[in-house]
Amino acid sequence: MKKKGLKRGLTARLLVYVRPYRAFVIGAAVCSLFYVAFVLLGPVLYGWAIDAMIGAGEVDFGKVFSMSAGFALCVLLAFVSQKLLNNFVNALCYKLVRDLRKDAFYSLTAAPVKYADTHAQGDVMARVVNDVDIISDGLLQGVAQLFTGVATILGTLVVMFVINYIIALVVVVLTPLSLFVAAFITRRTFKNFSAQVKVQGRLAAHTKEMLAGQKTVVLFGQEAQSQKKFEQIDAELYEIGWRAQFSSALTNPSTRFVNAVIYAFVGVLGAVFCLQSAGGSLVLGKMVLTGFTTGMLAVFLSYANQYTKPFNEVSNVVTQMQNAYASAARVFEVIDEPAENTQGTRHIEKVRGDIRIEHASFSYDPDQKLIEDLNIDVKAGSKIAIVGPTGCGKTTLINLLMRFYDLKSGSIFVDGVNAKDIPLDEYRRMFGMVLQESFLANETVAWNIAYGSEHATRAEIEAAAKAAYCDFFIGNLEHGYDTVLSSNVSVSQGERQLLCIARVMLSDPPMLILDEATSNIDTMTEMRIQKAFRKIMQGRTSFIVAHRLSTILDADLILVMNKGSVIEQGTHAQLMEKKGFYYNLYNSQFAG
Amino acid sequence: MKRYFQYLKEYKWRCIIGTLSKWIEAVLELLVPLVMANIIDVGVNGGGGISYVLWGGALMLAMGAVGFGCALYCQKSASIASQGFGTNVRNALFRHINSLSYRELDKFGSASLVTRTINDVNQMQSAVAMIIRLVVRAPFIAVGSVVLCLILDWQVGLIVTAVAILVGVVLWIIMKKSVPYYARNQKKLDRLAQITNENLEGARVVRAFQSRDKERARFDAAAQDMLDNSLVIGKISAWLNPLTYAIVNFGVAVILLLSGYKVNAGRLSGGDIIAIINYMTQILNAMIVISNLVSLFTKAHASMNRVSEIFDASSSVTDGAETQFDETAPAIEMEEVDFSYAGTDKYSLRGVSLTIPRGATVGVIGGTGSGKTTLVNLFPRLYDATRGRVKVFGRDVREYSLAALRGQFGVVPQNAGLFSGTVRSNLEWGKEGASEEECDRALKVACAYDFVTEKGGLDEPVTEGGKNFSGGQRQRLTIARALVGEPKILILDDSCSALDFATDARLRANIAALRDTTTVLISQRASSIRNADIIYVMEDGRIAGRGKHEELYENCPLYREICDSQARAAE
Repeated sequence: MKKKGLKRGLTARLLVYVRPYRAFVIGAAVCSLFYVAFVLLGPVLYGWAIDAMIGAGEVDFGKVFSMSAGFALCVLLAFVSQKLLNNFVNALCYKLVRDLRKDAFYSLTAAPVKYADTHAQGDVMARVVNDVDIISDGLLQGVAQLFTGVATILGTLVVMFVINYIIALVVVVLTPLSLFVAAFITRRTFKNFSAQVKVQGRLAAHTKEMLAGQKTVVLFGQEAQSQKKFEQIDAELYEIGWRAQFSSALTNPSTRFVNAVIYAFVGVLGAVFCLQSAGGSLVLGKMVLTGFTTGMLAVFLSYANQYTKPFNEVSNVVTQMQNAYASAARVFEVIDEPAENTQGTRHIEKVRGDIRIEHASFSYDPDQKLIEDLNIDVKAGSKIAIVGPTGCGKTTLINLLMRFYDLKSGSIFVDGVNAKDIPLDEYRRMFGMVLQESFLANETVAWNIAYGSEHATRAEIEAAAKAAYCDFFIGNLEHGYDTVLSSNVSVSQGERQLLCIARVMLSDPPMLILDEATSNIDTMTEMRIQKAFRKIMQGRTSFIVAHRLSTILDADLILVMNKGSVIEQGTHAQLMEKKGFYYNLYNSQFAG
Repeated sequence: MKRYFQYLKEYKWRCIIGTLSKWIEAVLELLVPLVMANIIDVGVNGGGGISYVLWGGALMLAMGAVGFGCALYCQKSASIASQGFGTNVRNALFRHINSLSYRELDKFGSASLVTRTINDVNQMQSAVAMIIRLVVRAPFIAVGSVVLCLILDWQVGLIVTAVAILVGVVLWIIMKKSVPYYARNQKKLDRLAQITNENLEGARVVRAFQSRDKERARFDAAAQDMLDNSLVIGKISAWLNPLTYAIVNFGVAVILLLSGYKVNAGRLSGGDIIAIINYMTQILNAMIVISNLVSLFTKAHASMNRVSEIFDASSSVTDGAETQFDETAPAIEMEEVDFSYAGTDKYSLRGVSLTIPRGATVGVIGGTGSGKTTLVNLFPRLYDATRGRVKVFGRDVREYSLAALRGQFGVVPQNAGLFSGTVRSNLEWGKEGASEEECDRALKVACAYDFVTEKGGLDEPVTEGGKNFSGGQRQRLTIARALVGEPKILILDDSCSALDFATDARLRANIAALRDTTTVLISQRASSIRNADIIYVMEDGRIAGRGKHEELYENCPLYREICDSQARAAE
C-alpha cells in the first residue's frame, strides 16, 4: 500500500516536469490515436479492393482504383502521424531529461560540502547521468508505447467485432494466451537478469580491482590466485548467464508461435465463414451474419499477423516502468537534498581580518567527540601555523573556518561580527584557499586561474600566473594559457598547486587558508611553492596547515592540535620552552 | 578471427544444429502464407470445402508447433554456446593479462584492460549468439520472401524486389547518418558526468570561490549541448519506422492496382495477393533485423580487434630456471645499465653502474622523473634492462626463476593500494599462509600493529583499495605486507609520504633494526635518507652523486641544493 502511495507521489512530481511541455503530450496523444486509426483502417480498404477482384473477367476496376487510392492515402496519413508522434515524444523526452538533470545538478551545487563528503561519487554521477535516462526511457517512451499499444489492441478488437464478431470472439478467447506468455517470459527474464547483474557486478568488481592493481599482483606473484577467483566467478556467470540469455531469447519465438496459432485459427474460421456465406449472408441458428469475403479474411489475417506485437511491447514497458520508478526515486533524492543556508544580514565593508573562535565544538559523528571548546584569537595580518599528527583535526578546522560544516556550538567572529550572520558567499569571499589536493577543472589554464574572479582580464590572469611562478611551465604547454587541463596534459602535482595559488592571487582575498603539500613534489617546484606562499601571505591573515619547519618558525602563532583540540598554542620559542607536546613533535621530526 | 574458433570448439555441434533448426523454422514460416493461399484458392474458391480448410489449418498449427520447437532448441543452443564462448574467451584473456609484464601493462593501461575484459568480450559474446540465432534466419526470410513472390508472379515480384531494395537503402542511410551523432552523444554524456564529478570532488573549491552559478552555467551549457545533439538523433531516427512502413505499404497499393489487371486476366488469385502482402511484412521485419545485425557486428568487430591486441602482446620478461641464491654475493649489482620505456626512445636510465652490499641501507633521492622508481623496478625484474646487466646475489636476474627472484624482495610501491578482503588476506600476499605471529611481527615493524588491533585485529575487513583506512594507515599496511615474507631485500618507494615525522622516524628505526635485510629507500625528503650507508642522487636517469651524506653534501651540488631547500627551515 505504502509502495503505491510512493509511486503516486513520484508520478505527481514527474508531472510537474511534464507540465511545461503539455502541448507535446497532447500532440503525441492525438497523433498516436490518428496513427492507430489509419494503420487499422488501411487493411480494411485493401480488403475491399481484394473483394472487387472476384476472378478472371470479374474485376470491378473502379472499386479497385478507389480502394487502392484510399489505402495509399491511409498509409500517407499514418506515415505523417507516426512521424509527428515520434517528433513529439522525442522532444518531450529530451527536454525533460535536460530539466531533470539541471535540477539534480543545481541541487548538488547548493548542497553543503557534507553531501559530497558522504556520498559515493560514482553513485551520485549515476543518478545524474544514467538514472535520468532510465526515467525517460521507462516513463516517457514507455508511456507513449503503452498508449499506442493499448489503442492498437482495442482498435483491432473493435474493427474485428464490427466485421465479424465470432472470429473476434475467438481472438479474444485466445488473447490470454499472449498475455500469459508475455507475462511468463517477462517474469522469468527479470528474475534471471537480476541474478545475472549481480554476478556480472562481482566479476567486474574483481576485474577492476585486480587489473587496477595488476602491477602489485605481478609483484607479489598473485596471478594464480587472482585467476582462480576470476574463473570461479566466471563459471557462476556462465550458469546464470546462459539461462538469462535463454529466457530473454524466448520472447521472439514465443511471440511468433502465439501469432501462428491465432493466424491459423483466424485463417480457418475465416475460410469457413467464406464458404458458408458464399454469395450472401450466413445463417447460424438464429444469428444472421452479413457476407464474409476473401477480402475481409485478408484484413483479419493482417491483424492476426501483428496482434501479439503490442502485447509484448506493453509487457516490456511494465518492467521498464518499474525500473524507471526506482530511478525516479533516486533522482528526486538528489533534487530534494536540502541546500546550505546562504542567507545573512550583516555585511563587513572593509575586512581587516581579525578572527576569534569562541567555545567552538564540532564532530562529524554525534557519538564521537572531535573538537571541544576550541578558543582561538587571531589578530589581523598574522600568520597562524597549525601543526599536529595525522588525524588530529587540522582539516576539520579548515572545514569550520570556511563554513563547509556548521559548528555544533560556539561561534566564529570576523572583525567582531558573528560569521553566521554574514551571507555565506560574502563570507567565503573573504578567504582564499589552497588545498593539498589541488582541484582544477577540465577547462583551460586561463579559465582555472580566473575561477572565482569573474571579470578578470587576460592581462590580470597572466600577471597572477607570473606572480605565482606558473609562467615557466604554462609557457611549455602546447597551447599556453588556452591548454585544456585534461588528464593527458602533463602538469605535475606541484605545478597544479602553483596554479591554485595563482587562482587565489587573482581573487585577492583578505584572509588565507593554506594546506602545505607533504611530498611528491620535486625540489625546484617545492621552492617555487614556498616562495609563492610567502609572497601571497604578506599582509593577510593566514592559516597554514604546516609540514615545513620554515613555515612554522615564521608563524606568529602556532596551534598544536591533537585529537581534535588545540592542546598548546604560542610561538615556536614559547612552545619549545614549554617542553611539551610540541617540543616532542619538533624533536622527533629532526631526530631521524 | 581464427584464433577465436578454439573457444567455440566444444560447442561446435550446438552451433551447427542450432543454426540448422533455426533455418527449419524459417522455411516453415515462409511456407505458411502459401498454405493460407491454398486454403483460400482451393478450399474456399476452388471447391475444396471445409475438410480441405480444416486440414490446411491443422497443417499451419503443426508447422507453427514444429517451428516453435526448432526455435526453442536454437535459442537454447545459442545461449549456451555464446555464453560458453564468452566464458572461455574471458578466462583466456584474463590468464593472458596475468602473464604480461609491466612493460605491456604500461602500454594498455588498467582502465582499458578492464573494459576489454568486460565490455568487449560481452560484445563478442552477443555477436556469437546473434550469428547462431539470426544470421541464417533473417537474410533467408528476406530473400526467400522475394523469391517466392517472384515465383507467384514475376512482375509483382519485381515490385516486391524494388520495395525490399528501397527499404534496405533507407535503413542504410539512416544508420549512416545517425552513427556519428550517437558517438558524439557518448562524448556529451561523458562531459556531463565529468562536470558532476568535478563538483563532487571539488565541492570545497566551488564553494570557496562562490562559483555555484558559474558551475551551473557550465552544466547548463553541456546539458543544452547534449539536448541539441539528442534532438538531431531524434529527428533522424524518427524517420525510420514511418518511412519503412510507408515504402512497404505504398508497394502494397501499387501491387493492388497491378493485381486488378492480373486477376482480371486470370493470372493471379485472391489467395496469392494475401500471401504476397504477408511476405511484404516479413521482408520489412527481416530487413530491420538485418540492419540491427550490421551495427552489432560492426561493434563486435571493433571489440574483437581490441581484444586481439591484448592476445597479441606477449610478456617481454621470460622466465629463468635458477632458484638458488648465493647469499655471500653483493645484494645488487648493475653494470652499465640503460633503460627506456616502451614507445619512447628517451632513456629513463643511462649508464647506471652500482653495487649494493648485502645488509646495507641505501637511499635514493632526486627530482620527479629522475629515474628513481625505474631504477628499483629493475631489481626484481619488473622490467628488463634495455642494455647492460642487473645482478642479484651475484647472478644475472634473467637466470633466476621469476617467482624465486621476486620472493627475495619485499617491495612497497609508490601509492600502492590494498585489496578487498581482510588485513590478514592482504598480508598473505607477502607470504602465503603467514602465521599469526608472522603477521603481528610485520605489523609491529611497520608501526601498524596498534591501529590494526584497535580496529579489530587481523580479520578486520579491508574494502576495495583499502579506503576504510586513512592514507597513512594504508601506507603502513602496504609496508607490513612487504615485510611478512621476511624479504632479503626491502624496497620502499616513497612509501612514508603520508606519515607524520614521528611515525616516519620510528618506522625507519624499526627497519634499520631488521637483520640481514638490504634496504633501499626512495624518498623526496633528505632527512629520511641522510643516515643511509650509501646515498644515490639521481638526475635525468644518471647517478649524479653517490656516497654518505657528509661526502655528498660536500661534493654534489645537486644534493646540497636539495638538502638546503628542505632544511632551510631547520636553521
